[in-house]
Amino acid sequence: MVSHKVIMRNLVLICLGMFAFGFALVPLYDVFCEITGINGKTATTAAVASKRVDESRTVTVEFLANRDPAMPWDFAPEMQQIKLHPGQVTVMNFYVENHTNEAMIGRAVPSVSPGEAARYFKKIECFCFVEQPLDAHERKAMPVQFYVDPELPSRFTTITLSYRLYKNTPQTASR
Amino acid sequence: MSTDTSHAVDAIDHHDDHDHKPKGITRWLYTTNHKDIGTLYLLFSLLMLFVGGILAMGIRAELFQPGLQYMDPHFFNQLTTVHGLVMVFGAVMPAFVGLANWMIPLMIGAPDMALPRMNNWSFWILPFSFFILLSTFFMEGGAPAAGWTFYAPLSTTYSTDSTAFFVFSVHLLGISSIMGAMNVIVTIFNLRAPGMTWMKLPLFVWTWLITAFLLIAVMPVLAGVVTMVLTDKYFGTSFFDAAGGGDPVLFQHIFWFFGHPEVYIMILPAFGIVSAIIPTFARKPLFGYESMVIATASIAFLSFIVWAHHMFTTGMPVAAELFFMYTTMLIAVPTGVKVFNWVATMWRGSMTFEVPMMFALAFIVLFTIGGLSGLMLAIIPADFQYHDTYFVVAHFHYVLVTGAVFGIISGVYYWIPKWTGVMYSERIGQFHFWCSLISVNMLFFPMHFVGLAGMPRRIPDYALQFADMNAFISIGGLLFGLSQLIFVWMVVRCMRGKGVKASAQVWEGAQGLEWEIPSPAPYHTFQTPPLVK
Repeated sequence: MVSHKVIMRNLVLICLGMFAFGFALVPLYDVFCEITGINGKTATTAAVASKRVDESRTVTVEFLANRDPAMPWDFAPEMQQIKLHPGQVTVMNFYVENHTNEAMIGRAVPSVSPGEAARYFKKIECFCFVEQPLDAHERKAMPVQFYVDPELPSRFTTITLSYRLYKNTPQTASR
Repeated sequence: MSTDTSHAVDAIDHHDDHDHKPKGITRWLYTTNHKDIGTLYLLFSLLMLFVGGILAMGIRAELFQPGLQYMDPHFFNQLTTVHGLVMVFGAVMPAFVGLANWMIPLMIGAPDMALPRMNNWSFWILPFSFFILLSTFFMEGGAPAAGWTFYAPLSTTYSTDSTAFFVFSVHLLGISSIMGAMNVIVTIFNLRAPGMTWMKLPLFVWTWLITAFLLIAVMPVLAGVVTMVLTDKYFGTSFFDAAGGGDPVLFQHIFWFFGHPEVYIMILPAFGIVSAIIPTFARKPLFGYESMVIATASIAFLSFIVWAHHMFTTGMPVAAELFFMYTTMLIAVPTGVKVFNWVATMWRGSMTFEVPMMFALAFIVLFTIGGLSGLMLAIIPADFQYHDTYFVVAHFHYVLVTGAVFGIISGVYYWIPKWTGVMYSERIGQFHFWCSLISVNMLFFPMHFVGLAGMPRRIPDYALQFADMNAFISIGGLLFGLSQLIFVWMVVRCMRGKGVKASAQVWEGAQGLEWEIPSPAPYHTFQTPPLVK
């Protein structure tokens, strides 16, 4: 017979291990999503331009811009959607305007739908890579330069790129 | 119901006669006796059943008619949230811990639980925890209103400051259940009487052992996820906040990684109770004992790999949806084995239909209905329609009320003669059973229909075409609540010693160590371990 103490020690260790596992799920989830590309998160670093353009098909890219309720800026894309060939580099502007009387900092977080297409959506340059400071009543065009990877499986004919704009207060500093 | 006492064993402690118990309130505050603590747990859960029931009556009063009658929607959300939390953590789980405390030492021939002081602690945390949770109703902004599942960002960005109290009370509940589970594990590992080998353990003991391991595995995950909610809300982390690189869907994954094993925590001990009662009243040994043990363990294992079936509509890739659909459907196999075994146990048995048996039979039928609606919900395309409708509410109330709660009630009727030494009144018990059976189906069955027709859950108002059904459901709810007062009457009568004196064996067909000690069970039992042949 194993003593009460030894069993209790093991049980407490299991408990602590499972508590830690709960927190380990946070990075594990990110890694899992990155490998499988299932939650629509795109790369946060710049991609290099595509070497080839697949002119045999076109893909529709739709743009969505919305803002956090706490964010007072106006935020809208230049166009609702464009058609392009995979591999073709395109620039799209998003307009922001700070209506308030004070300088603020904003941060846009991208998301691609359907999630499985996210890894084929390549951004060469994006306003979402950095914070966006805006003076009082300033208006600015924020460009995103991107292409759709020619490797994109043919079942995807429409890709939606969505940005959500947040007020970047010190409490929500990027992890 | 025989009066046969020939089964009384020699091992019973002969100090029974001068069985001194401490007097007054300190007996209960300082007690380390498994029977006292079991009683405390059971009475506490009975109290919580009525607290949760009153909250449910508030919900049903508002839903009696379409339109807003008595409360604003925010208060309605508080009612549904706290009703869920109280019923899950206050009524069902403590009732099972109470039954475990009372019965496991008696069933395995142990003198007490292995860690009696921790046992006292794990109970006495509970009242404080619920005091904290319920006190939030009287705070500015009210009680938590994000649903018992407290999805982020409802529980972070959009919640009131009572979230901190909610998180703290869930931490306490978690500590209490973990300690209770550890105690059960150590007791079963170390305190079995000589000859009580693993495959001779009564099934209630087996199911509780497996439940205890589930608790140890998932309650810390719940503690983790409420901690993340706390730090997201108050300390600027962004586990679930996309603005800071987090993901709200991650909350659902972590929560349901706890949440799905949790639903088996609330049903496995009920399987154990029913597996004790059916053989007694069919007067046949349990059919397929080994397969019951294996089925229980399989259900416990599967419960860890099905969690995302609660999240089919979050936009998972098809491959993941299919994986979770198939694993979920797989659970029907071990569950089917259990139902088959219960039915096979009754086959050609000489059955009698005392109250515990009636509740156990109702359990089998109604739990199976709940299981079938669960299978319907597991089908992905169907789930896209059923998700967040009253169909889901009907499903989990069938498995939790007519499953877990009926299991507990049948266990109470079955063992209360052993606890109090008197038989409950069969007339009161049968009256309670029939009132409960009819009203519970009035309450939950029509929810299937309104759910299929599209009535969403957690909304205080509804479209006019659901009005008649909802009025009917509310009446059923009131009747079911009132029926439980009959149960209280029965319990109080037994506790006051009113009724026919019970024999040691109590039931003619009852087998097992707990029926070999006198009724009421002496304060100290099996101080010399019995020999199990």
